[in-house]
Amino acid sequence: MTRETTAKARLSIDGWVTAGALTIGVFYAMLTAARTEDPLMSVHAYIFAGAFILGIFGIIKAYYDSSERREKEPTDAPVEYNLDVIKAGVIASVFWGIAGFLAGDTLAFQLAYPDLNFDVSFFNFGRLRPLHTSAVIFAFGGNVLIATSFYVVQRTCKARMPGDFAPWFVFWGYQLFIVIAATGYLMGITQSKEYAEPEWYADIWLTIVWVVYLFVFLGTLWKRREPHIYVANWFYLAFIATVAMLHIINNLTVPVSWTSTKSYILFAGVQDALVQWWYGHNAVGFFLTAGFLGIMYYFVPKRAGRPVYSYRLSIVHFWSLIFMYIWAGPHHLHYTALPDWAQTLGMTFSIMLWMPSWGGMINGLMTLSGAWDKLRTDPVLRMLVVSIAFYGMSTFEGPVMAIKAVNSLSHYTDWTIGHVHSGALGWVAFVSFGALYCMVPWLWNRTQLYSLKLVSYHFWIATFGILLYITSMWVSGILQGLMWRAYDDLGFLEYSFVETVEAMNPFYWIRAIGGAFFLVGSFIMAYNLWRTARGDVRVEDRLLAPENVPSPVAAE
Amino acid sequence: MAGNPRKDEISGVDTTGHEWDGIEELNNPLPRWWLWVLYVSIIWSVIYWIFMPAWPGISDYTRGTLGYSQRNEVQMELAEVKASRAGLDEKILTSSLEDITSDTSLNQYALAAGKAAFGDNCSGCHGSGAQGAKGYPNLNDDHWLWGGSLDDIHYTITYGIRSTHDDTRFNDMTAFLTDEMLEKDEISDVAEYVLSLSGTSSDVEAVSRGESIFVDNCVACHDEGGIGNRELGAPNLSDKLWLFGGDKKTVVQSISYGRKGVMPTWETRLDPVTIKALSIYIHSLGGGE
Repeated sequence: MTRETTAKARLSIDGWVTAGALTIGVFYAMLTAARTEDPLMSVHAYIFAGAFILGIFGIIKAYYDSSERREKEPTDAPVEYNLDVIKAGVIASVFWGIAGFLAGDTLAFQLAYPDLNFDVSFFNFGRLRPLHTSAVIFAFGGNVLIATSFYVVQRTCKARMPGDFAPWFVFWGYQLFIVIAATGYLMGITQSKEYAEPEWYADIWLTIVWVVYLFVFLGTLWKRREPHIYVANWFYLAFIATVAMLHIINNLTVPVSWTSTKSYILFAGVQDALVQWWYGHNAVGFFLTAGFLGIMYYFVPKRAGRPVYSYRLSIVHFWSLIFMYIWAGPHHLHYTALPDWAQTLGMTFSIMLWMPSWGGMINGLMTLSGAWDKLRTDPVLRMLVVSIAFYGMSTFEGPVMAIKAVNSLSHYTDWTIGHVHSGALGWVAFVSFGALYCMVPWLWNRTQLYSLKLVSYHFWIATFGILLYITSMWVSGILQGLMWRAYDDLGFLEYSFVETVEAMNPFYWIRAIGGAFFLVGSFIMAYNLWRTARGDVRVEDRLLAPENVPSPVAAE
Repeated sequence: MAGNPRKDEISGVDTTGHEWDGIEELNNPLPRWWLWVLYVSIIWSVIYWIFMPAWPGISDYTRGTLGYSQRNEVQMELAEVKASRAGLDEKILTSSLEDITSDTSLNQYALAAGKAAFGDNCSGCHGSGAQGAKGYPNLNDDHWLWGGSLDDIHYTITYGIRSTHDDTRFNDMTAFLTDEMLEKDEISDVAEYVLSLSGTSSDVEAVSRGESIFVDNCVACHDEGGIGNRELGAPNLSDKLWLFGGDKKTVVQSISYGRKGVMPTWETRLDPVTIKALSIYIHSLGGGE
């Protein structure tokens, strides 16, 4: 087949659209920068304008590089997957992961030793805390989800993602959102909603990026050359669609003006609290659970070389999970002004959610039946399996903590922090690390990782760190809760608040040290992945047997 | 179904016959225990809905057969505590501080109430053990700036020191350097003199130079020999107890820039019973007069 490339075909339609939109964006951002009286807004307007200009340059460069653009492929030709954007996603994941872990451990040390904020407003706990949560959840987790979903949806649909620029727009647009959010926190811009701190203009930008993401994902499903849609893609789609809904509704605000960073939320009082925790809990449910289950459903069977345990279980637990999860948010508001009936529903749905969550754990773990021996030789698989174990533990602990009697002890204590981190470090981060260890050799066409021994070190160091973290927070949280509710014979509080803070201190140190272990592990991973991408292989006695090296190519 | 189911050799279970990028799925049934636990959790929830407030309607919600209400619950608990303290609060309100301390059971109650109130309101500055901190007096010793009797303590808590209240206790340690009343070397000398009062100065010449400066500028409040004056809240400088520190650098700083620590008025934030209880508690800590 001859390749004829006309001038018209040099830039695809989405390239023209993106270039046009970015040009308008530059003018709008410059106009805002010129008109605003808010110095923080002008900083952000300049960041937007600069990013848009870089985007336009990127498209112009692509235009001149496009002489070798591929013609429309015949339908029987092997699919040319769009892998470059996924490589970028992997790099961004590792970068933001380390940044987020570093911010988190800094906070942990600040809690143990408050002088570490150095009396500088930028390092203040209140500003660094959203930086940490957003960096790990949205920057690290989000990039892992975007990268893996782009990889998984293409390969399981046997189709290239639609558009040449749309996936890149999703990637770079998302990074821009992260930069706007992070710089905003450090400068003190926040709408004070947990996990939804970025102000209205950042929210609008994320909405645009997210809708394009949804279209890219749906477009790939539409183009698929498989008769059915693989289960991982159900989870990814549930994640993308639901997060869009949650994000838009929870961020319904009225800006003070078009050139101000400040806005006011549409809801007030307990209604606002309920919307916030409907959002907050389902960010856990659809971002950190459904999305990462998508990762599990591809990478675990792939790495273990075994079929998924039960197709029926995957259907039932998928639908029950997404149906139950959306109700569970009110358990964050037990014993508050929230009406009793809403608290009851939040609690009971959380309990009914237990088995739907565990369906994913069962399907993940049982997929290994017939391949358990690989845990001895393959530390990447070990990481994936331990992540599923942590997933199972956290999704049991969650419903327990949602029971009002337990919640009256655990609420507002460090127990919650420990619970979140057994899910975040044990499940989300470990399954992400496992996926990154799988994908880097596949994306960069390497036969295997630079060093399995380093993966093993990463695994043990990080696991030890997680255990220090969650055990110290369990003890600290329960101690804190018991001290808060201790009364003397005459009905007066036994302990003052400062006394309970003082009692937490040793556990804060243990937690901070645990976090440091986790951070060290992530540096080991970054080094290992970098050497792998370069094509190095370390000579060690524990290489995987060749037949056990997982390959992205289907072993039919 | 499309595809061709095949038997998986290891598990002996059929696949569904689908395949994506090399991944197949087994056609295992739902684990039985899983399904049963799911059913039980649903049944348990339905039962819970029958007993407790659960489902919203148009203008009301299902209230549940137990008639539970979080608000009633807390009202009942509060009423219970109130009943257990029957009359004690009223007694404290109407009795004098001395009468309260001489009634054993009432005193015990006031001490417990005072301890709890101290933890929530005072320990932020004075420390959870009332041990004080730099600039915040230790309340366990018998060293009092404004007096350590029950009434003195009660007055201090009620109106504060340099607070916003009209009846606040007030004094003003002059900032001798800022107000250009003394030169730097004069301040150094007078600091040496002040240190000599508690026997911690080693510079005899500076002490003698400082003495005359002290007499001219300080005795009006701190009295001769720096023994202090409670009427004015002027600290005793001849002991070894220091609010801000007894090293020369700190003393020089105190003289140069003055000290204007604030104790807020609690009259607007705490009820009279709590303030009385706090006075009795603090008086009991060891230094009450």
